Amino acid sequence: MDSLIDVSSTMLYTAFILYLIATFFFGATIRDKNKSSTKGAGVSGKIGITITIIGFLAQIVYFITRWMASGHAPVSNLFEFMTFFGMALVFAFIILYFIYKLNILGLFALPVAMIVIAYASMFPTEIAPLVPSLQSNWLYIHVTTVSLGEAILSISFVAGLIYLIRQIDQSVRSKRTTWLEIVLLSLFIFVGFSIISTSFNLSGYSAEFEYSFNGETVTTDYHLPPIAGPNEGELLTGDRMNPLFDAPAWMKGVDAARKFNTVIWSVLTGLVLYGLARLILRKRVGAAIQPFLRKAKPDMLDEISYRAVAIGFPVFTLGGLIFAAIWAQLAWDRFWGWDPKEVWALVTWLFYAAFLHLRLSRGWHGEKSAWLAVGGFAIIMFNLIAVNLVLAGLHSYA
Amino acid sequence: MNKIKCECGHVNPEGTVLCEACGKPVEGNQHIDGNDQRKLLNMRYDGSARRSQTYNKSIIDKIWNFFSSVKVGVWLIVLALAASAIGTIFPQEQYIPADAPSRDPSVFYEAQYGTLGQIYYQLGFHNLYESWWYMLLIALIGVSLVICSIDRFVPLYKALKMQKPKRHTTFLKRQRLFSETEHVTADEKDKLVSGLKKQRYKVREENGHVLAEKGRFSRWGPYVNHIGLIIVLIAALLRMTPFMYLDEYVWVREGEQTVIPGTEGEYYIKNKKFILETYDKNDERFKEAIEMQGNVAKNYQTNAVIYKEKGETVAGADPELEKVTEDKIRMNHPLKFAGYTLYQAGYQQNEFKSMTFKIHKTDDPDEASLGSFTIDLTEPKDEYQLDNGFSVDVTQYYPDYELEDEEPASKTNFPRNPAFVLTVHPPGNEEPEMSFVGIGKNVDATGENDYKLGIEDFETRYASGLTVRRDYTLPLFIIGAVIFMIGVIQGMYWQHRRIWLHPTKEGIMVAGHTNKNWFGLKKDIEQVIADTNVNMVDDQLDTD
Ligand code: HEM
Repeated sequence: MDSLIDVSSTMLYTAFILYLIATFFFGATIRDKNKSSTKGAGVSGKIGITITIIGFLAQIVYFITRWMASGHAPVSNLFEFMTFFGMALVFAFIILYFIYKLNILGLFALPVAMIVIAYASMFPTEIAPLVPSLQSNWLYIHVTTVSLGEAILSISFVAGLIYLIRQIDQSVRSKRTTWLEIVLLSLFIFVGFSIISTSFNLSGYSAEFEYSFNGETVTTDYHLPPIAGPNEGELLTGDRMNPLFDAPAWMKGVDAARKFNTVIWSVLTGLVLYGLARLILRKRVGAAIQPFLRKAKPDMLDEISYRAVAIGFPVFTLGGLIFAAIWAQLAWDRFWGWDPKEVWALVTWLFYAAFLHLRLSRGWHGEKSAWLAVGGFAIIMFNLIAVNLVLAGLHSYA
Repeated sequence: MNKIKCECGHVNPEGTVLCEACGKPVEGNQHIDGNDQRKLLNMRYDGSARRSQTYNKSIIDKIWNFFSSVKVGVWLIVLALAASAIGTIFPQEQYIPADAPSRDPSVFYEAQYGTLGQIYYQLGFHNLYESWWYMLLIALIGVSLVICSIDRFVPLYKALKMQKPKRHTTFLKRQRLFSETEHVTADEKDKLVSGLKKQRYKVREENGHVLAEKGRFSRWGPYVNHIGLIIVLIAALLRMTPFMYLDEYVWVREGEQTVIPGTEGEYYIKNKKFILETYDKNDERFKEAIEMQGNVAKNYQTNAVIYKEKGETVAGADPELEKVTEDKIRMNHPLKFAGYTLYQAGYQQNEFKSMTFKIHKTDDPDEASLGSFTIDLTEPKDEYQLDNGFSVDVTQYYPDYELEDEEPASKTNFPRNPAFVLTVHPPGNEEPEMSFVGIGKNVDATGENDYKLGIEDFETRYASGLTVRRDYTLPLFIIGAVIFMIGVIQGMYWQHRRIWLHPTKEGIMVAGHTNKNWFGLKKDIEQVIADTNVNMVDDQLDTD
């Protein structure tokens, strides 16, 4: 049993490394002399996609072995679910790569997938048993199709982001350049979260607090030094720093303060990383990337962004609304109950419906459409992360 | 109606932008689709005459035009989106946690979330999805959907049906994909046609003019999916009627039998046993996780028997019952019978079934029993006679005792925390004495009682909570959802591609249009013109 779990985690690790290597090969395609190299053949691109596929297969092995070890499909907690989402992202990228053969897509899609997987690995990875409401095949069907749908929609974001970096005028500072930097900064924050969590995990940092929750005294274990401690909490572990301040009292919920502390750390680390990048590059991050994207054709990027929505929207509807409703009907005897997770699936769906109508009938192409793709991705991430951690409802994985 | 006759001979309805047959722009109507501003023609509805773009006089016209505007539709969708999101800021009323200090919404929101919570509650956002304005918003989307679809479907259908292979050159030149080649041999022209056929285009020819078409049915995708949505909305409307949708909740204790609410007394359920299983702590796989989070439930199950009442009910008499089915009800595995569905929805652990009290002398350190009696909590009697001459009156009974504003009260009618005020009548003519007894409570009213009551024993059992549903709208939801899915897939995974070949003196014009996936259409054309001298089409969007 243990060996299976070991195989499983090794495979996930392998996949991660392979995605990293593949990213470099896709990066190398920028330098290819061959004019048509952003599109079609090109040796680096071929190697890149091959390594991506091998990485994807490695991740499939991770998935299957973990399934065998736990006896249920590994999509039942935040770690498993986010990891699966990362895998679906790679899969969606592979599909769109074979339609459009655009190497630059890999250079951005794989890092996004890696960020997601690294982020996932920061959550508890123990194999947990399934509570009764989750013991249904519909859980697997639902979760896998939603992730796949969201992953395809995310590729729309990736293409849109490349479009924006390539097209936005970087010669002067404007509202658009600022927003683009904010989007890039938020990616840095995710990276920051993974780096800071890993560092303190490796160092074995732990500080225990006692605080009162719904009239009971509970404890929580910080793995990051407490900038914000629990409201009126008391530090139990000796020789640890005292919190700089207490989390506000309205932050209720299990471990709310600890999560808040983690967010502060992630944002700070992200800001530091971003600041360093700015210092080294001596210009906006968007402006620094822009010259490498000259060869990518904007209308091609625009088309991929739209196509990804066209392909992803039906998949998302099926998984996120229809299968979800079937499962909810079986598990909780109502197919729709307005719990936060369901509502945010509806919000996502309405958003992309608006996207399609704006594009189709109001002619929102190019830049406007790319900004919409960014907005859609923000909603998806909000649903995956914030709703789970903050607005916990029935689905609460965390 | 002012019909418009085109030079090709076709008679178009008023408001037409592009002739239905040959595509020639109808002068004076080009502003409708904005063609006067652009080089490329707006091909959205093939330039057909839409009611909303043609009439603008009466009130009805104005309402029609309002709802058929996609701009309005998108605004409605965005408003619904924003409203839905707002509803998740704080929990909705039904999700107020069971262990909250107060579940009364007028208290809960302010207590938990301060002023913001108070405002949230006062705006009615704690019941947002049942509010009239949210429903109105959804209904308006429905109206918009219907009008919008009718406004476009009929004319588009007619225009696509009327179109002729021969198109006006203006029409062709103003397509996004276009090329003209000076010299093309007859042989090459044949090659083009066979190439198109090989790619499974439907080819129509008329005096050398060719219209090759593929995937026209995908144009109906949006209308099909909108029909699906409308069916879902109608189902949601019907669901508000009690006949179509029944939703009840019933508690049944182990070993008990009760009528199933909502069945008009026709069906009864007996709870033979309730089972609660947890995961084995020693299971290798889950050891770590269970150590971290504590016990994890594995199964909730009610072993139930369903009975149907036989014949007429005689008032007062016990009904005569006939067994319908016997089965297990588990989470994810509901029990279905006669159109009703029973779901395992909750359970109550340690509900009291009976309590046994003994009487002893207050000053007896050994608390030797002077006699005991058992109260059956399902049917507590008013008075209990003991063998040794004592009798006890049940003066007050609180099945689920709590102190409310310093007054004793019962939170529910279920014996979850039973407490009694008992009056003990000792044998002979001693004064009766009152005592208050419950779990962990034993209060002497006067402090001068000679006798004291003690809990000797009690029995508990599980109560199982089941939801009773009958939902005739379910099939309608399913049909709507299926139609919606068919529609989106039809519209998204296929595209309507058209390629026109227009012979000129010695050469040929090629034009192409698709409603999405231009990349795919270009690839098609590339393959068709391979091995010929025909020029590849320009993507005129770049030069627009
Ligand atoms: C949540 C509700 C809605 C959903 C999910 C929805 C879905 C769709 C989809 C998937 C398409 C096809 C888009 C494409 O091919 O790219 C479409 C097209 C369209 N929708 Fe909707 N729609 C909704 C509401 C509305 C409303 C309220 C209106 C009315 C204003 C509307 C008007 C249209 C029109 C005019 C088209 C284009 C039809 C054509 O190309 O012939 N839709 N809709």
